[in-house]
Amino acid sequence: MPDADLKPETLFKYVLRLADDQLILGQRLGEWCGHAPTLEEELALANIGLDLLGQARSLYSYAGEIEGKGQGEDDLAFLRPEREYLNALLVEQPNGDFAVTIVRQVFHAAFMVPFWRTMTASSDETLAAIAAKSLKEVEYHLRHSSEWLIRLGDGTEESHRRSQDALEELWGYASELFEMDALADEMLDCGIAVDAAALKAEWDATVNAVLERASLTRPMDSWSQSGGRSGRHSEHLGHILSELQYMQRTYPGLSW
Amino acid sequence: MYSQGLIGADGTTHEDEEFLAAFQARIDAELKIEPNDPMPAGYRKTLVRQIAQHAHSEIVGMLPEGNWITRAPTLRRKAALLAKVQDEGGHGLYLYSAAETLGVSREELVGQLLSGKAKYSSIFNYPAITWADIGTIGWLVDGAAIMNQIPLCRCSFGPYARAMIRVCKEESFHQRQGYEIMLTLCKGSDEQKAMAQDALDRWWWPSLMMFGPHDADSTHSDQSMAWKIKRFTNDELRQKFIDATVPQAEFLGLTMPDPDLKWNEEKGGYDHGEIDWDEFWRVVKGDGICNRDRMKARRKAHDDNTWVREAALAYAEKTAARETAVAAE
Amino acid sequence: MTEKNTPLWEVFIRARNGLSHKHVGSLHAVDAEMAMQAARDVYTRRGEGQSVWVVRSSDIVASDPTEKETMFEPTGSKIYRHPTFYDIPEDVGHM
Repeated sequence: MPDADLKPETLFKYVLRLADDQLILGQRLGEWCGHAPTLEEELALANIGLDLLGQARSLYSYAGEIEGKGQGEDDLAFLRPEREYLNALLVEQPNGDFAVTIVRQVFHAAFMVPFWRTMTASSDETLAAIAAKSLKEVEYHLRHSSEWLIRLGDGTEESHRRSQDALEELWGYASELFEMDALADEMLDCGIAVDAAALKAEWDATVNAVLERASLTRPMDSWSQSGGRSGRHSEHLGHILSELQYMQRTYPGLSW
Repeated sequence: MYSQGLIGADGTTHEDEEFLAAFQARIDAELKIEPNDPMPAGYRKTLVRQIAQHAHSEIVGMLPEGNWITRAPTLRRKAALLAKVQDEGGHGLYLYSAAETLGVSREELVGQLLSGKAKYSSIFNYPAITWADIGTIGWLVDGAAIMNQIPLCRCSFGPYARAMIRVCKEESFHQRQGYEIMLTLCKGSDEQKAMAQDALDRWWWPSLMMFGPHDADSTHSDQSMAWKIKRFTNDELRQKFIDATVPQAEFLGLTMPDPDLKWNEEKGGYDHGEIDWDEFWRVVKGDGICNRDRMKARRKAHDDNTWVREAALAYAEKTAARETAVAAE
Repeated sequence: MTEKNTPLWEVFIRARNGLSHKHVGSLHAVDAEMAMQAARDVYTRRGEGQSVWVVRSSDIVASDPTEKETMFEPTGSKIYRHPTFYDIPEDVGHM
């Protein structure tokens, strides 16, 4: 850890936020398996899900090290109560139809690309290394989901309507990605964290360009929701956790 | 992940003797048949049917295991399971492609599955109800599939053989993944061991049925063997599978749910009890516990996403039209 | 319920630099971009590729199987194209 003043709990929480985002979104994509629009897309969605699960695993392992209480990736991923999950609300939103899943992915990837790119310069070597690997992955996620959104937006009347609806449905969850709070500021000051607020301009440019090619309209900034970073979630997370944690909760303390 | 004596194959063919003899001579010389080569209509029909059944089995086979991805007990298991089920989808894709070289489109093949006209491996009509089922499916179902698929790598039809080589290469981790889950359970608590035994009890007989009816009752087996679409009979493969699997169960400390199972020194293999063929035919004909659920899930995935495929096609048409318009200016 | 067919594409992969692209299989995609992505997602999941080509199957010009004899048998008699056709004394060494 680079800064002597930095409390391990702060870094621990910061890494957990990141890990939870990737786990919950990976879990959501796992729900698609066996139900995708085409066989080719079946494989594509699983690839993205596997990338996110891999990122989550690295981040949880690192969080466990920082905490120093002997918790491994699974303890952190499976054994916290709902209020202790720190993911953004966006990633816990239900898959909906394919348009909702794709819009959610575009929003997430358009944020994670500049996020991981900036994080590669972090003074925390572990995070910088995870960022370098993850950047290549999310660049592809962005390409894949953008190309789909363009086809859905500019495809048929029905697909246009569905993707415009999906945009409206998820728009208000995007702003939480750029939120900074005392914890994030502290991490930023010691050179570890990314200034999420500063990524908004690039996100806007990326999303606007995709929406234009997709003949979709950028929704109005008329509402927004947040709370995930401090563990105040929508009702959806509880259901995700009831599946995610089922085995660990039913059979406590066993190896699998 | 498939292995089942082909159901309802009809290798009847009407070419003249000379043509059939020349074709058989090529097969006997181990020359591969490629899509555009002359071939008996019965050979083509048998292959389309077998490859399609194989592909459908991969796709339907994603459902029982896919059902556990969100509930996998650790992140490592979750990633391995997602990767494995993804592989099954890929295998379905390779196989549909191989069938397509014989002139049937993917859409047509999928249509046959969704209409209930086409068959798939009956094993996937059993439910995966506990985590141990995921271990058992990998160990037994993939194990049985490998027995069947390795000889298919030498199938006389080139595209099928090539697809199988790719599939076998990728599947090498599937059975190990399942067996490792079983090992962990069997080294675990009493509850875990009981879970493993219960799963073996439920999956053992259905996995023996995967090899299809006894040779004596397998109507079209001889022609498939002669054409080298098939290299071993159903009973030969089943015997190999049993002989390989019994010691693996012993290593786990599990008991095979067959009181008649015993080593036969003379034949150098295990004798086993009689398979419940009534159950087999019931499940094949649609009355397994999950037949209806599987078809419902496949149809739902197809129907709910028709608009997505239509959108992509519409976009491609529009873009092509725009490009033509620009070129014309 | 008849659905329009999505075009078929052939996929070629260069496994490493120094090797030529080799046909690995096919897939369905509505256009080139989707075909390229699908090729990556389907056929390079185990680090098989350094470079990918996708070609619409309908754009491939194939020789006619009924003309197989006309096309290919004449080369069978041209054994002078093969190195073993020529006698070189062993004393000359490897050539």
